Amino acid sequence: MSECTRADVCAAAIADAFADDGEIFASPMGLLPMLGVRLAKLTANPDLVISDGESLFLAGVPPLFAKADVVEGWIPFRRVFDVVANGPRHVMMGATQVDRHGNQNISAIGDFAKPTRQLLGSRGAPGNTVNNRTSYWVPRHSPRVFVERVDVVSGVGPARAREAGPAAARFNDIHRIVSNLGVFDVRGPDDTLRLLSVHPGVTVDEVLEASGCAIHVDADTATTREPTLEELVLIREVLDPKGLRFKEVPQ
Amino acid sequence: MNGTPRDKRMSIDEVVGSLASGMTIGIGGWGPRRKPMALVRAILRSDLTDLTIVSWGGADVGLLVRAGKVRRLVYAFVSLDSIPLEPNFQRARQAGTIPEVVELDEGMFQTGLRAAAQRLPFLPMRAGLGSDVLVNNPWIETVTSPYEDGETFVAVPALRLDVALVHLNRADCHGNATYLGPDPYFDDLFAMAADRTYLSVEQVVDTAGLTVDTPVQRLLLSRMLVDGVVETPNGAHFTTCTPDYERDEKFQKAYAAAASGSDEDWAAFEQRFLAGDEDAYQAAVRTFAEEAR
Repeated sequence: MSECTRADVCAAAIADAFADDGEIFASPMGLLPMLGVRLAKLTANPDLVISDGESLFLAGVPPLFAKADVVEGWIPFRRVFDVVANGPRHVMMGATQVDRHGNQNISAIGDFAKPTRQLLGSRGAPGNTVNNRTSYWVPRHSPRVFVERVDVVSGVGPARAREAGPAAARFNDIHRIVSNLGVFDVRGPDDTLRLLSVHPGVTVDEVLEASGCAIHVDADTATTREPTLEELVLIREVLDPKGLRFKEVPQ
Repeated sequence: MNGTPRDKRMSIDEVVGSLASGMTIGIGGWGPRRKPMALVRAILRSDLTDLTIVSWGGADVGLLVRAGKVRRLVYAFVSLDSIPLEPNFQRARQAGTIPEVVELDEGMFQTGLRAAAQRLPFLPMRAGLGSDVLVNNPWIETVTSPYEDGETFVAVPALRLDVALVHLNRADCHGNATYLGPDPYFDDLFAMAADRTYLSVEQVVDTAGLTVDTPVQRLLLSRMLVDGVVETPNGAHFTTCTPDYERDEKFQKAYAAAASGSDEDWAAFEQRFLAGDEDAYQAAVRTFAEEAR
C-alpha cells in the first residue's frame, strides 16, 4: 500500500468527528464529508444513520454516488427539518467564511444589502447551529476563509448563541472544523478557534500563515493521525475507487 | 347533474391572466427540482410586475429576477445544485436590482408556511436566533415563552400567499394530484398557505387512474386545495420531474452560461427559448436536444 494522501487524511479526520455520535443522522454536505461519514459508519460508529443525500436512509454503506442500496427509511426534506428541530443529527457543512468565534457564512460576501459576491443564501445553517451538532469542512484553507469576522452570520458560533439567550445556546454545539491543513474546534479562550492537529507534512506556522485570524495553539499540537490500513482499503477500494476525493483535495 | 366535482382544467394563459401585479406568489418544488416552470415562463411573457416571490429557489427565481418581475424575494437559498450558484440571482443581488430581499433559514421558511397554513400570524422556533437572518430582517420579532422555561424564540411570521404555483406528476381534472418522485417537497404546504393554488401536471388522468398503480399515500393534493389544473407535459423542464424525467443538465449548462455571459449572450438565449409561448419553448428544447446529441 502506497503512502496515504492528504485527501485520505482528511477523510479519516472527518470520520473521527463522527466517531462518538452514536445512533444519530449523520448529514454530510459535499464530497469529503460524505466520504468521511461513510468511513465512520464502516469503522468506529456502525450505528450512524446515513442517507443518499436525497430522500432515503440507507441500510448499507455504498460507494460515493452509487445508486442502489438497501433502504431503511424515508427522509424527504420536510422530515429533515423535523429531525433538525428534534436534535438527533450531526451535520457537516461547507463554509465560505468561518471566523475566530466559530461563526460561518454561506450567504454573501460584502455588504448584505448589495453583496460583492452573492453565495447560496443561509440555507439551513441558522437552524442547524442552534438545534444540533454542527461541523464544517474547508477544502482550501486560506486567509479569505478563516477571517476575523464573517460578513454574514449564517451558522451561529457559541458566543453569538450565548448572547442570543438560552433558547439559542442550549443545543449549540460546534464540534469540529476540518480543513485541508488541520483540525480545529472552538474550545480556545472565550470559545474561539483552537488548532487540535496539523495534517502530516503541515507545520503550525503554515496553518497560522494561511489564516486571516488568530487561532489558539496549545503548547503541543498533535499531528492528525494517518488512516489505518483498513481505512485506506475502504477509501480506495470500496467508497471512492474513482478517486473523486482528489477533485476536492488534490494529491 | 352527474354528481362529480367540477372540472378545473385551464390553459396556461388563463392561469396567468388571473394573476395581478403586486401579488405574493409562492412557487413549489425545491431548488432545481419539480418547479412549475411552464407557469413561470408564462409569467415572464406577461406584463405582470412588482411581484413578491416566495420560493426555495432555483431557476424560477433566477428567471423572474433577471426579467425584473420581482419587487420582494423571500428565499432561504437559490441554487441549481449541479451548478451551485444561480447566475441570474447572483447577478441581480450583486447589481442590487431586487428592491427587497428576505433571506430566511430553510426551516424558518417552512415554519412561515405552516403558520400561514394554520391561519396564525407566527409560529415560534429556535432557528434564526443569533444569526444575521434576524439582523438583516429587523422586522422579524422574538417571542418569550409564557411557561416556566421563559425562553425567547423567533416568532417566524406567516408567509401568507395570494397564489401558489406547483407542478406534480399526475392529477385528475378536479385537482387531486400525486407526486411519483422521491420527495413531496412542500407543495401541499404552499397550497394551504395560499388563497388560490394552480397546479400544473405532466398528465391529467381520470380519478380512478390516480391510484390504479400508485399507492394512495402518494396523493399529495386534494381538490379542495386546488383552483386550477393545467396539463403541461415537460412543464417542469429543465428541473427534475422524477420519474417522468430528470434534470436536463445540458440545457441547464446552456442556461447558466448565457446567464453568466454578456448581455448579448442572454438576449440570444431569451430570443431562442423564451420569446414564444410554451409550445415554442418545447419545440426549441427539442431542437436543442437534437443539436446537443
